[in-house]
Amino acid sequence: MQVRTLFLAAYRDAVGTPALELDLPEGATVGDLVVYLRRRGAPFDRLPEAPAVALNRTLVRGDAALAAGDEVAFLPPVAGG
Amino acid sequence: MTAPAERSEDAFPRTAIVSSAIDPAAVLARVGHRSDGSVLLFLGTVRDHTDGRPVSGMTYEAYEMMAANVLQAIAEEAAARLGTPRVAVVHRVGELAIGEVSVAIGVSSPHRDRAYDASRYVIEEIKRRLPVWKHEHFVGGDARWVEGEPLVPVGEGAAQRAGGIR
Repeated sequence: MQVRTLFLAAYRDAVGTPALELDLPEGATVGDLVVYLRRRGAPFDRLPEAPAVALNRTLVRGDAALAAGDEVAFLPPVAGG
Repeated sequence: MTAPAERSEDAFPRTAIVSSAIDPAAVLARVGHRSDGSVLLFLGTVRDHTDGRPVSGMTYEAYEMMAANVLQAIAEEAAARLGTPRVAVVHRVGELAIGEVSVAIGVSSPHRDRAYDASRYVIEEIKRRLPVWKHEHFVGGDARWVEGEPLVPVGEGAAQRAGGIR
């Protein structure tokens, strides 16, 4: 299944791209996606082991299940205001 | 400012993420009521130094679709604390110069205690929860992302806060 992965701010700089389309096995979770990306090696191994992730614009835990067409955003620590 | 006696309250609280300059008077004009004795405006601005180093400007970036939802949720929580729906919050993104307004928070209520509490609540929750990042530009040319607060899903406790999600 295809999911769209977004990298914001410092994470975009770290991996060198704002977005990536990924093909994942059915049943994959957010945590699986993080592990899969980091195992691709540089530059994705620069992402933290346990980043904050929003699934379709809501913060979720690593055990959240993914579905085709989902938007998965990697969010660095925030500094608004 | 004139007393907005006849305003409809249907659309409150009002929030926005904008890329152009914030007009504080316009934010103030969205709150205030003839029953309110306290009207409070908070402005966050870009300062000219950090950790003793001179700063030339700041670029704000948002995950905009999510940030709009989070900002509205924060404003609604603040309204519940305030006891009136009169909360208006505008956050700016893009390149800001020193002294420019990055965030404006307007609240009004019959009494000042709740107004101060609600205004403070909004800015603290923005710093904790809003998916916005700051790229700080130093005089001399280098830049860095400002260190921030790790985001934590709603309902997660201190242990998860320290460790992030797995």
